[in-house]
Amino acid sequence: MASSPASPPLSVVPDAYGRFGKFGGRYVPETLSAALDQLERSYAEAVADPTFAAELDSLLSAFVGRPTPLLFAKRLTKLAGGAQIWLKREDLSHTGAHKINNTLGQGLLAIRMGKRRIIAETGAGQHGVATATACARFGLECVVYMGAEDVRRQAPNVRNMRLMGAEVRPVESGSRTLRDAINEAMRDWMGSVETTHYIIGSVVGPHPFPRIVRDFQSVIGRETIEMSRKQFGRLPDTVVACVGGGSNAAGMFYPFVDHPGVRLVGVEAGGRSGDPGHHAASLSYGSPGILHGSLSYVLQDADGQTADVHSVSAGLDYPGVGPEHSYWHDMGRVEYTSVTDLEALDAFDMVARHEGILPALETSHALAWAAREAATRSPDEIIVVCLSGRGDKDAAEIARLRGLTADGSHPS
Amino acid sequence: MTSATTAKPIDKLEAMFAANRAAGRKVLAPFVTAGDPDLDATVDVLTTIAEAGASLCELGVPYSDPIADGPVIQASYTRALDKGLTLEGVFSAAKQASDRTSMPILAMASYSLVFRRGIDRFVADAVAVGLAGFVVPDLPIEESDDLDAACRQAGLALVRLVTPTTPPDRAEAIAKKSTGFLYCVSVAGVTGARTQLPDGLVDRIRWLKTKTDVPILVGFGISSPDQVKAVCEVADGAIVGSALVRRVAEHAGQPREAMLTGVRRFVTDLAAACR
Ligand SMILES: Cc1ncc(COP(=O)(O)O)c(C=O)c1O
Repeated sequence: MASSPASPPLSVVPDAYGRFGKFGGRYVPETLSAALDQLERSYAEAVADPTFAAELDSLLSAFVGRPTPLLFAKRLTKLAGGAQIWLKREDLSHTGAHKINNTLGQGLLAIRMGKRRIIAETGAGQHGVATATACARFGLECVVYMGAEDVRRQAPNVRNMRLMGAEVRPVESGSRTLRDAINEAMRDWMGSVETTHYIIGSVVGPHPFPRIVRDFQSVIGRETIEMSRKQFGRLPDTVVACVGGGSNAAGMFYPFVDHPGVRLVGVEAGGRSGDPGHHAASLSYGSPGILHGSLSYVLQDADGQTADVHSVSAGLDYPGVGPEHSYWHDMGRVEYTSVTDLEALDAFDMVARHEGILPALETSHALAWAAREAATRSPDEIIVVCLSGRGDKDAAEIARLRGLTADGSHPS
Repeated sequence: MTSATTAKPIDKLEAMFAANRAAGRKVLAPFVTAGDPDLDATVDVLTTIAEAGASLCELGVPYSDPIADGPVIQASYTRALDKGLTLEGVFSAAKQASDRTSMPILAMASYSLVFRRGIDRFVADAVAVGLAGFVVPDLPIEESDDLDAACRQAGLALVRLVTPTTPPDRAEAIAKKSTGFLYCVSVAGVTGARTQLPDGLVDRIRWLKTKTDVPILVGFGISSPDQVKAVCEVADGAIVGSALVRRVAEHAGQPREAMLTGVRRFVTDLAAACR
């Protein structure tokens, strides 16, 4: 983390080749090169065009309901018995998660590029719903690829996507989860790239996606800084977020990376155990490799074949991670750790019962870490958790895992 | 690696193109998935296609997440990996095949695999087992300097791809970098047999010929002798992938000889279309 006066701030990435240090880049079939160049150009033009920001801002406010609040979790803090826990309420965004920040931005880019058909992948279904929502709002055709296992465990989101006119295509190949959904979306794009924009759902994929998604999600961290100053007069001591592909974490962390006094912690899916195949913690257990178009930490075997992964949470059940996280990891700027399935499920219960919020299972990983950490810290320390999404989508699956009946009661 | 100083692996490829050109023939380049149904079968398939008239082979190295491939090749990769295929196994099959036939063999491998093994080691292994070069379908020119330098040093071909979505100035830059031959992708899309070749393909090939001296082979979607013939009117040869992989797969569970007979027949017909 040596930042000598001469070296540029950590936030000045990526470079023109999409590199975050050595990570990132663009490892894709030539068929996609021209579209990625077009996206890069169109994004640069949009950034320079004040009407783009104005349109996005007005959507974020009137359509999404931003800014989302920063809430003091009074009873959770008391229960943990240490540092104050505050929650950045992305669950209150329209569609119930941070994903909408990105899909509206990329939807507007698609319109600028004259592309009227949108494809997306989804794991938890939140990105799929957010994409279907943006497409309904903008009048764009929408196809969402979703692993068949995720179609099962995130059924409410599948229904919601279809209600908004999106076509959901279950993916039966491989592990039938997020990674396979991305493969299928990329294959669709190979054949449709001239008329279709691929709204990737996290800070992953080939350049310029990791940068664009980070930028659209950074509204989370910017609001958090502003509200922290207003509500408790300083920056938090610690900021924590769950990491699947890493978009809610990147959006939360990016505005903080040049504030060295703020400790940043990313929580990956620890699954059942640290044994290969039983978790999805790429930064904790993986090694540098290339997956889905960029160089980053990947869970892989000795040959470079992507490993099987597991998480109770569909949105974290992914063997890779965004390249900027790999950069922050290697620079020592962000700490990455993991939380198991059971710890996440317990945190879900705790936050449901003590705060009256049903958090997403993804988010529950960050909450579990925050509650545990708070217990070891003094009451004048402040931990902010990115509450990335609401957990309605998970309620039925949690009941099933807990052996409860569908209505949440104990079987008699 | 010692032989690299005397005869380069790419020489074999260039000699093959020269011989075909001298004989007024075009080049048939089948694609074969390594390890489907198993590595012994792959060695037999490679020798069989060489006997049946293939001039060159792309040996597909199975990868877990092949985004440029359609269902047929994907499924063959999955079958091979499910049986525990390793890179070590692929290299040893390539060695056995190149001991048995003079047909140049190129590895078609994702850059994910090359990067993981390390460029130097991957290149050294390829030279040691007698491969003539690589096609790396997910490595665009912007990212290829390191592998390019290592291949030039070792005398291996690094075949580049141009596609229908590649703008002209970029296609020219790619053609200039390609060694061995240039791979002209016929369609925008993934691999897989198609009933019709796209409009404008012939014009694209003609234009590409004015931009490079290396031979131009056309692939993706080519599955029949008629399509091979059509492509060979202008290009230097045709690559046939999914259609052959499917024929191998159709014989799953049958005696090895039945599969090889099917492969021999199919490749003989395709090769006849190159005359
Ligand atoms: C609520 C919620 N949080 C987090 C994630 C994980 O994605 P990311 O790491 O990109 O934020 C998801 C993904 O589906 C999600 O729905």
